[in-house]
Amino acid sequence: MRVGVFICHCGNNIAGTVEVAKVAEAARMMPGVAFATTYMYTCSEPGQEEIKEAIKREKLDRVVVAACSPRMHEVTFRRTVEKTGLNRYFFEMANIREHCSWIGEDKELNTNKAIEAIKLAVEKAKQNKPLFPAKFKINKRVLVIGGGVAGMQAALDCADGGLDVVLVEKSPSVGGMMARLDKTFPTVDCSICILGPKMVDVSQHEKINLYAYSEIEEIKGYVGNYQIKIRKKATYVDWSKCTGCGACIEKCPSRNAFDYFNFGVAPARAINIPFPQAIPKKAKIDAQFCRQFIKGKCGVCAKFCPVGAINYEMKDEIVTEDVGAIIVASGYGLIDLDKLPEYGGGRYPDVISGIQYERILNASGPTSGHIERPSDHAEPKTIVFVSCAGSRDKSIGIPYCSNFCCMYIAKQAILTKDHIPDSRSYVFYMDIRSPGKGYDEFTRRAQEEYGVQYIRGRVSRIYPKGKKMIVKGADTLLGTQVEIEADLVVLATAVTATTDARTLAEKLHISYDPHGFYVESHPKLRPVETNTSGVFLAGACQGPKDIPASVGQGSAAAAKVLSIFSKDTLESDPQIARVNTNICVGCRKCIGTCPFGAIEEQQLRDGRIIANVIETVCAGCGICNSTCPCGAIQLQHFTDNQLLAEVNALCLT
Amino acid sequence: MSYLAGKELRIVGFLCNWCSYGGADTAGVGRFKQPTDLRIIRVPCSGRVNPLFVVKALLNGADGVLVSGCHPRDCHYSDGNFYARRRLEMLKRLLPFLGIDERRFHYTWVSASEGARWKNVVTDFTKAIHELGPFHQKEEKTECS
Repeated sequence: MRVGVFICHCGNNIAGTVEVAKVAEAARMMPGVAFATTYMYTCSEPGQEEIKEAIKREKLDRVVVAACSPRMHEVTFRRTVEKTGLNRYFFEMANIREHCSWIGEDKELNTNKAIEAIKLAVEKAKQNKPLFPAKFKINKRVLVIGGGVAGMQAALDCADGGLDVVLVEKSPSVGGMMARLDKTFPTVDCSICILGPKMVDVSQHEKINLYAYSEIEEIKGYVGNYQIKIRKKATYVDWSKCTGCGACIEKCPSRNAFDYFNFGVAPARAINIPFPQAIPKKAKIDAQFCRQFIKGKCGVCAKFCPVGAINYEMKDEIVTEDVGAIIVASGYGLIDLDKLPEYGGGRYPDVISGIQYERILNASGPTSGHIERPSDHAEPKTIVFVSCAGSRDKSIGIPYCSNFCCMYIAKQAILTKDHIPDSRSYVFYMDIRSPGKGYDEFTRRAQEEYGVQYIRGRVSRIYPKGKKMIVKGADTLLGTQVEIEADLVVLATAVTATTDARTLAEKLHISYDPHGFYVESHPKLRPVETNTSGVFLAGACQGPKDIPASVGQGSAAAAKVLSIFSKDTLESDPQIARVNTNICVGCRKCIGTCPFGAIEEQQLRDGRIIANVIETVCAGCGICNSTCPCGAIQLQHFTDNQLLAEVNALCLT
Repeated sequence: MSYLAGKELRIVGFLCNWCSYGGADTAGVGRFKQPTDLRIIRVPCSGRVNPLFVVKALLNGADGVLVSGCHPRDCHYSDGNFYARRRLEMLKRLLPFLGIDERRFHYTWVSASEGARWKNVVTDFTKAIHELGPFHQKEEKTECS
């Protein structure tokens, strides 16, 4: 066996804290190593050429590159090796950057660590067997989870590219958070006027199959072949008959239902359509507020429905869809006002959240766009905005910036002045974060043209005094305490992950960060991919994001799906479990432990029952491998022998 | 070539590819300084770690073994870390019967985004092993031996 070792300087990233020449010298002494060299940037084109030439010149049959993380460049170098005719699994990588040069301070210790990392990789490489991928067909349909602006953009781009799209939206209408907004910054465009046409396109596109008021029940399968179970929640209204005329809503006697769309700004009816532009524009009953369900008698809506669409007996329905890829655009949530007691959140009706104020500003909102405060419906003259209400606050577990609050506060302050010209607005802020195109000009306009008073400092307490709310805070630029008598206080509440974000991630097998936001493959270079192939991210489910960024990600995710679907077949990963039929005793333990149901019984010609791995289903976790009592089932590329070779390389010498 | 006697002890880590290996990468990218003793073996899933690998490492010369996977319920392969947890917990209780101090073995969960947490895991475990000292130079005193 002739192993070649290529050690990368990575500029100064590795060579700065590891003596690469010494490492190469030590590598040359390792048993089986025929050639070792160093290179400035091994991943560069000349660097890869050097590997190819060395393989031919030195007749190498195993290659080890000591550089960055294999999660970064394993694929790159496997391709390089393959171009010379070697099997791509004859390649191993030693991580001497992320796990060595970047974290250790002592050059001598780092150098030694790098040498050992290479020794481990060399021993593993010597055990490597050639592996060959199989090809399988892909189902060119895509599932989009979430019908907000990111999800709709992704669905439309995929559908325009000729793919069948299944769009699943949890609430009764598509549109998401953007449909709730009055105007958008920094152009002060009417939000629904730019979103509405997209919503209509989604509902009318022949390639898009929309499941509104539905949730993901179960996801099985792998890239190219997913089986999705979708729960269509009972609406108690037959949507094939409902015309959205609204007769039922007018007559509904239960008038105190919580209005989810308006974030509870005003009560709704138990049967409702969330907003006038809803797509689909169909009514649904909130059973927990409906008299028919609570008291067992009412039936008013059924009586008044001109098409007989009401059906109190309706049950949730499970439908199955087969798709090849998934785009997750499940959006974000907002922290509850109750979590902000120092601001009186949840206790005083005139302390509201930014999204509630947005609904009050909105012409199709509960107040028809007239600004009035919730307590007595009076027009407020003094309005205080508090930014970072929960955001950048470690004490409540939200250390991050919510990204778009600074901008929407400026917008709301401008709109307030437009609505009530004799009003005064104050903004308490920590920093004004307005890094987008045209954003800083916008916040400046709020201050200079509209006279919004920006006070740099935090609010310590908000409490009522008569009909006013007293806002106490600090002005850190003047070094004084301030006290403002406000009619209305708007808190820019922190953006959070949705409450069910973690459950959905577990169904998708994608990871999430401590705050519940989904983790992308690489923060810079793979921003919409996840580590689960075939699952892509779009919008604020990955982190707080404004509309342009969400739309951009929606399109990006769609492009990724279109690119994997541009082929008819995909190559399967050959790093899967394989059974040695001579050793297997047919105990069936592996069948019970496999999380994917990838192992089945197989009868041999002599009557013996043994395990058999279904190649396309096996995901390559190796749980069966460590379960097998006789070592008959081995995960290729991570066999017992390969891992023990690594252990021995470290321990025995 | 071996570990640098007197400066380092031999610590072997089995890290799952999807969470903990990524977490260690994140720690590297964030330049979270760590002790250098740990040598990392990449496995697809913590459920791939056969407890015998741990025993083999300890008997063959390791002073400590660390296994790290995805947080429970967050496994890339849905249940792998649950299998790992069950097996490794058993192993932890079995080690004293082999004459090995159970503190030489530790298993934990670190996600790909938790670079800072990874630094703490490595630092704390390395410190604990250094407090125990090298394994093969002295008689280990355990409750069962």
